[in-house]
Amino acid sequence: MLEIKDIHANINGKEILKGLILKVNPGEIHAIMGPNGAGKSTLASVLTGNPAFEVTHGSISFHGKDMLELSPEQRANEGIFLSFQYPVEIPGVSMVNFMRTAINEQRKYRQLEPISATDFLRLMREKKELVEMDNKLTNRSVNEGFSGGEKKRNEIFQMAMLDPDLSILDETDSGLDIDALRIVANGVNKLKTDKNATIVITHYQRLLDYIVPDFVHVLYDGRIVKTGDKNLALELEEKGYDWIKKEVDGE
Amino acid sequence: MAEDILHEVTQTDYKYGFTTDIETDIIPVGLNEDVVRLISAKKKEPEWMLEYRLKAYRHWTTMKMPEWAHLKIPEIDYQSISYYAAPRKNAPKSLDEVDPELLNTFNKLGIPLEEQMALSGIAVDAVMDSVSVKTTFKETLAEKGIIFCSFSEAVEHHPDLIQKYMSSVVPVTDNFFAALNSAVFSDGSFVYIPKGVRCPMELSTYFRINAVNTGQFERTLIVADEDSYVSYLEGCTAPTRDENQLHAAIVEIVVHKNAEVKYSTVQNWYPGDKDGRGGVYNFVTKRGICKGENSKLSWTQVETGSAITWKYPSCILQGDNSSAEFYSVAVTNHHQQADTGTKMIHLGKNTRSHILSKGISAGLSNNSYRGLVRVNPKADNARNFSQCDSLLLGDKCGAHTFPYMEVNNETAIVEHEATTSKISEDQIFYCNQRGISTEDAVGLIVNGYAKEVLNKLPMEFAVEAQKLLQITLEGSVG
Repeated sequence: MLEIKDIHANINGKEILKGLILKVNPGEIHAIMGPNGAGKSTLASVLTGNPAFEVTHGSISFHGKDMLELSPEQRANEGIFLSFQYPVEIPGVSMVNFMRTAINEQRKYRQLEPISATDFLRLMREKKELVEMDNKLTNRSVNEGFSGGEKKRNEIFQMAMLDPDLSILDETDSGLDIDALRIVANGVNKLKTDKNATIVITHYQRLLDYIVPDFVHVLYDGRIVKTGDKNLALELEEKGYDWIKKEVDGE
Repeated sequence: MAEDILHEVTQTDYKYGFTTDIETDIIPVGLNEDVVRLISAKKKEPEWMLEYRLKAYRHWTTMKMPEWAHLKIPEIDYQSISYYAAPRKNAPKSLDEVDPELLNTFNKLGIPLEEQMALSGIAVDAVMDSVSVKTTFKETLAEKGIIFCSFSEAVEHHPDLIQKYMSSVVPVTDNFFAALNSAVFSDGSFVYIPKGVRCPMELSTYFRINAVNTGQFERTLIVADEDSYVSYLEGCTAPTRDENQLHAAIVEIVVHKNAEVKYSTVQNWYPGDKDGRGGVYNFVTKRGICKGENSKLSWTQVETGSAITWKYPSCILQGDNSSAEFYSVAVTNHHQQADTGTKMIHLGKNTRSHILSKGISAGLSNNSYRGLVRVNPKADNARNFSQCDSLLLGDKCGAHTFPYMEVNNETAIVEHEATTSKISEDQIFYCNQRGISTEDAVGLIVNGYAKEVLNKLPMEFAVEAQKLLQITLEGSVG
């Protein structure tokens, strides 16, 4: 589904990703862990086409298409979704209007008719329940005045609405208390099928108790330096990253 | 709805930029007393009307164009403008007699003159160049005693009302453009709502400049007698032309005791091209008076067009307990300039005014809010709240706020809030990541920003206004 080959990427002239390789198949959950500054969030930005980052080398193919040729909105409409680490507020734009615009853009891209008002409202209701989202939140402007936890829940709600093939959760657990974490993780698990895939970017093993990964990758200095199963996450929790740094730097 | 807007946005430039090939009766360029007499004669006006015009003209010759606005106005040669242009086939009695080309024009503008209008419940007076073409629903309104007709007809059939109210709010000597308009105004609309009558439909005027090198000088006079209500809409468009066209209108509103008038404008005169060539100079004097107790006046304007806008819809709050509102969205892009705002003059006791101004600047444009809140010594407990927000798109445009306050009564409470914000790259990327293009994201954010004002517009106009905002800002980001 997703194939990242030897990606190098800069921000403000500084190279962050230095030859990253990753392959994701349908039905898989991949966790990306690593110390601060390793390039985890950069990976999310590069996958989704954030213009602040410049890709200097390598390729990203998704469903066989060259993603580097596509705009951020085209990539989104191809089925790549990012749950932002810091979702922005958009004052004055209601969640309803925002979601309907997003869904209709996706449908237009896929040459479908715009969604009817009744279908849209039904979909909203269904997905709100899934992530235990309060009605009050969807009646407000996008993320405006939401607490940290509400913003993250709103990201998962949007993910449920847009039904992506590939979801990237960027530090979705940061700023969440344990109850909110459980709700968000439950939402993600309910949306999981054998056709879609998830990349979970996280600092801590905690989230992986709820969203169980098939693979755990350690990202360090712009590259994936170690890959294992869920036990690798536990090992990292216990031992920290220093032993990996030593392994890599000692090469 | 969003879909339509998107579709439109991807294709549209200034979609009203067509011209209509109809026979026009146009007088030679230039302005002097003979021209004023000629206009009056063409309109078969009574002597008092001619005297009024001549007085205004003579006063105008002693005046200078105002220079205090934050605008760069190229020199205007008032002798190179034609002051009267009329579609040649005049005064149609029914739709069948209206020039089909003209009907086509109005259809292109989306003004349904036909009886299907009944469904949307709007009565329309359409003014093309200088002459009022057809007023729909006159009969329906007449049953309630409501007068809604062209200004010329009002001069002919209701001279008492015209003489009583014309210039009672905007004196001919008020300012340079008001004096000019008073001398050469060609047509416009007149509305009278009798005592105790609630106008059952929205009244609407569409203004259009079609002929080359003409100025459009229309007058609107609205009188709401005691305990009456009316909602009035005004729309404006003009064809795409390289040269500038002058538009200097006057709107006067008189609101008597317990009456209410809502005046909404969607101003979309041709703004000029991307390089600032052409476009309408929109120098307009709009003023209302809340004459009686408990009267209410509300101005709502969406200003997207014109190369230069100079316009301050104002209100004199004379009656005790009267209230006034001013809601404005002004958008400027490319080389457009706008200096717009309001004046709230509190004379009566317990008078209240509310100002909400949303400026949006993009490209190389300049957008200024200029507002005056004056509380006179006798206006006990006057209350004003003003909010002026500016939204910047890009870093080559300007947003300015010039609030003036003159408070001469210590029981008054006057508040002013102002904000300036910018659409951030993070907001755009967030929308992009949800599959929404940058252009559409800007539209979404701008419409969200202007929503409070757009919500004050009647439904049909709100939709139109939303589209306009987006179209005006096309290509302003990215």
